[in-house]
Amino acid sequence: MAKIPIVQDFVVERDEDKCIHCQVCCRMCSNDAHTYDQESDRVSTDSHKCVGCHFCESFCPTSALTIRRNSSEIRQNANWKQEMLTWISKQADTGGVLLTGMGCDQPYPVYWDHILLNASQVTNPSIDPLREPMELRTYLGRKPDRLEPEDIKGPGKKVHLKSKIGNQLMLQTPILFSAMSYGSISLNACKSLAWAASEFGTFYNTGEGGLHRDLYPYGANTIVQVASGRFGVHEEYLKAGAAIEIKIGQGAKPGIGGHLPGEKVNEEVSRTRMIPMGSDAISPAPHHDIYSIEDLRQLIYALKEATRYEKPVGVKISAVHNVAPIATGVVRAGADFVSIDGLRGGTGAAPTVIRNNVGIPIELAIAAVDTRLRQEGIRNHASVIAAGGFRTSGDIIKAIALGADAVYIGTSALVGLGCHLCQKCYTGKCNWGIATQDPFLTKRLNPNIGARRLVNLLRAWSLEIKEMMGGMGINAVESLRGNREALRGVGLSDTDLQILGIKPAGEAW
Amino acid sequence: MKKWRMDSRFRGNDARCENVARCENYTGYGNGMLEKTFLADRDYRVPAGCGVSGIMNEAGERFSGEAIITSIALMRDRSNGLGGGFAAYGIYPDLASYYAFHLMYETEDAKRQAEEYLKLSYTIMHDEPIPSREVKVITRSPILWRYFLKPREEALVRNPLFSEEDLIAQTVMHINGQIRDALVASSGKNMGIFKGVGYPEDIGEFYCLENYQGYIWTAHGRFPTNSVAWWGGAHPFGLLDWSVVHNGEISSYGINRRYLQNFGYLCSFFTDTEVITYLVDLLSRKHGLSFELVAKILAAPFWVDIERMPEEEKEFYQGLRMIYGSALLNGPFGVIVCNTETMLGLNDRLKLRPLVAARWGDFIYVASEESAIREICPRPDRVWMPRAGDPVIGRLKQEPGDRSQESEVRSRENIPATDRDSWVDQALAIDGQGLRAASQDDKADTQEVL
Amino acid sequence: MKKIVIREEYCMGCRLCEIYCLVQHSKSKEIIKAYKGEYPKALPRLLVEEDSYLSFALQCRHCEDAPCLEACMTGSMHRDEKTGAVICDEDKCVGCWMCIMVCPFGVIARNTEGKKVASKCDLCLGEKTPVCVQHCPNEAIVFEER
Repeated sequence: MAKIPIVQDFVVERDEDKCIHCQVCCRMCSNDAHTYDQESDRVSTDSHKCVGCHFCESFCPTSALTIRRNSSEIRQNANWKQEMLTWISKQADTGGVLLTGMGCDQPYPVYWDHILLNASQVTNPSIDPLREPMELRTYLGRKPDRLEPEDIKGPGKKVHLKSKIGNQLMLQTPILFSAMSYGSISLNACKSLAWAASEFGTFYNTGEGGLHRDLYPYGANTIVQVASGRFGVHEEYLKAGAAIEIKIGQGAKPGIGGHLPGEKVNEEVSRTRMIPMGSDAISPAPHHDIYSIEDLRQLIYALKEATRYEKPVGVKISAVHNVAPIATGVVRAGADFVSIDGLRGGTGAAPTVIRNNVGIPIELAIAAVDTRLRQEGIRNHASVIAAGGFRTSGDIIKAIALGADAVYIGTSALVGLGCHLCQKCYTGKCNWGIATQDPFLTKRLNPNIGARRLVNLLRAWSLEIKEMMGGMGINAVESLRGNREALRGVGLSDTDLQILGIKPAGEAW
Repeated sequence: MKKWRMDSRFRGNDARCENVARCENYTGYGNGMLEKTFLADRDYRVPAGCGVSGIMNEAGERFSGEAIITSIALMRDRSNGLGGGFAAYGIYPDLASYYAFHLMYETEDAKRQAEEYLKLSYTIMHDEPIPSREVKVITRSPILWRYFLKPREEALVRNPLFSEEDLIAQTVMHINGQIRDALVASSGKNMGIFKGVGYPEDIGEFYCLENYQGYIWTAHGRFPTNSVAWWGGAHPFGLLDWSVVHNGEISSYGINRRYLQNFGYLCSFFTDTEVITYLVDLLSRKHGLSFELVAKILAAPFWVDIERMPEEEKEFYQGLRMIYGSALLNGPFGVIVCNTETMLGLNDRLKLRPLVAARWGDFIYVASEESAIREICPRPDRVWMPRAGDPVIGRLKQEPGDRSQESEVRSRENIPATDRDSWVDQALAIDGQGLRAASQDDKADTQEVL
Repeated sequence: MKKIVIREEYCMGCRLCEIYCLVQHSKSKEIIKAYKGEYPKALPRLLVEEDSYLSFALQCRHCEDAPCLEACMTGSMHRDEKTGAVICDEDKCVGCWMCIMVCPFGVIARNTEGKKVASKCDLCLGEKTPVCVQHCPNEAIVFEER
């Protein structure tokens, strides 16, 4: 037989007693899973089309819908997962590379769930963040090793800082919004990120999609990215941002470049990215002018020259096996900050097999990079930003304790805007109006509401971090950063503990 | 003629043999002091507590250790008898140009190893047991020895970045880290640290501190949270001529320790006081920052306060926090840090531990409680509570024309007649040969036992 | 006077506003009963206008110089003192539908579910905010002072 029908992933259950046939679900599903029959005055569902985005379930006024994973099961098989049969079937059908969206969903160990935090008792009082200052302010950028002799004045004399500390980004909280390109996400989503970053006092990253005209006013809170495709990179773009990030790699797909399917390249995206409409925007795997570390150094300084050394220039790399020496090399090449994106980082489109199999978790990467930079004595030459699947403020505080200066959140921000991780971003049919350019769909994301939700998320997480820090008896994030004594591992092997640099739970100082 | 109390070396010897068989948790450290099954606290970090006191005469006039013992004894309830210690400056005026190393050994072998190591880089100008007397409640003690060392020419590497102080620091870290059962309690010139397991007043009695004359005295009483304590774990902690007594617990210990490792400081004591000492050494000696600045780094002002400062000051303090963020000490502390010219008292940014200061004439006092000051100085000119993060600094006066300068010089080099009855002279008299080099054979002295 | 303001750039075309308007003007005010169990079925007082991806919810503008007020022969169309809204008293209404003829926006509905009357938006008298505004998921309609 030529074509084997694919078994559906989801089953939509409709409670007929509750369904009032209001047709909201029919109007809202971009995959046309629900249809209304005029004659019988009934709404019915074709579950084959359901991608599990939960939009209809969320908006059904009587909560009549439930989305379930399809319970059709194969014989129990510890080796073959059901989804693998689907993959093979699709590839046999089309001969193509399977695409997917968002971060790695495979059951690799999540080290955050094996790390525990401390709290002070008796010998060291915990601090109440509602009554005492609890400082989360973070500066990203290159810091000098020490004060220069001219800066030092004796007692009673006026203090004066002669030497200029290099360009810094000031954040009110150690959380930034990760790189998500305009094109992979809608303009309304970009606006939500930009407005929220502005309001809260942190930064968002343009990703490799260039900067849309409407977002230039928020340049002071923007990190502009220069990726291998150089989409949207021109002089004004570099001048508009507060910092520049050279994207060498991305956690979801280390070793290959970005990918924007042609369906998502409409007129605005084409103008912003400077590419033809409707064409796939595939960034090359390496930057074709960076084939070695010295080439990277050349590009870093070229960008610094172009912006008159007024902005920090950093580099984003994926977490791979050699991440520690690579990060060291990047720092020595002159980067002011290094962003490391781990295995579980999200994406708008990536080959499934690469997303699931390439890279290492960010927990191990931060620990390794922080230790190595300290061993080389250059830890203060660049700030380290960690990215890749932070789900709660607990993950963030653990990342800072392992050694990160700040944390990028991508998937979490989108979940805050409504995303339910259906992993169909590459189709451009995101019902939530996030990963789409279809005007019917992008209207659904009101940037006012989006920005409000993201600010709420940042505020909530910042408060939680303050509470946890206070519980540990710490009132400034500088004392938490790299303080591995605050962490203990539970259920980890000796090697894991050694790489993370933490003690097992139960062991005191 | 004063007789040395040599028995301190052999105290606990018999006990050691018995205990080897009895001890269930014998760790093989050669530590004959394990009586029960608890590990000595040197194997894991213990939070520091709980009472500190410091006296300095800014004119450099020396006084006996009785005052400091009285002061710390008043705060008995702040300790639990598991640790006490003193630091004294100006106590070895005749040997002021040599580094006075106070060493503690748990075994003879450790002593031998340490002395061999010392001889590689130093000439031992004089060495002897640290005098002590029998005190009923102090049942066991390690071998306590002091050396007066002069670095050998060849040991000083011809490298502008490696100074004599770096050599001393390296020696201390080597002995503490590499030579089992040996510990350097102090390594400064014309100063010494006397500490052990017991209430501070008992330790003071043990070391006969009333016989010493110094112009800075600090004391510490400890409240550690396990049952068997270790002589080396008591405060003060010292390196070169720094000494630190500390009431508190450093929550930022993990990152302070890693930050110091970059500069070559290895923390081997498992107490957080160690990082304070090394941070002060790094910032003050190596980076050349004033004590006021050091205080502003260790107990940095809050961002909200920095925002309110005038522009230039604001930029300076922002920069200071950016550069030295990893040196910030978080967690409660009341600490007294001293070197040859200075006594610095400092609280953490939230003042979670008490610290009171007072002045009376040339004297400056810092202590955990006002009562401890009034016990020895009933009517001070001025008493105050330093604010969180504001340092109390006592400085040896050195301005010309100041009468005190004379006395400072006098106290260091030209000792008044009354002080000449110091034990050093007696030692010289006994020996009759001036200063002895290399280690001595003490067999003759062992007859003076028990 | 507080009025409903339309922001068409955010309207998703979901028509939840229509649904809740119907529920509000039903007898039971409970959604499942209002849809399935009532006769006569209530009528929503607003309509979502659509053209391609442009859509918005249109209801009575409660005009200052309302033509429907002039055209009403029975006086059932009157202005509520407190809110300034133009309300149709459906008990008095005889269903002549002159108001529908003169309304420039076409926002009065021809209600033939039960007695023949003219039904229009009444700003949900008694509620703090009209239910269409409350339930719009994207804040495409807001209730603001104008």
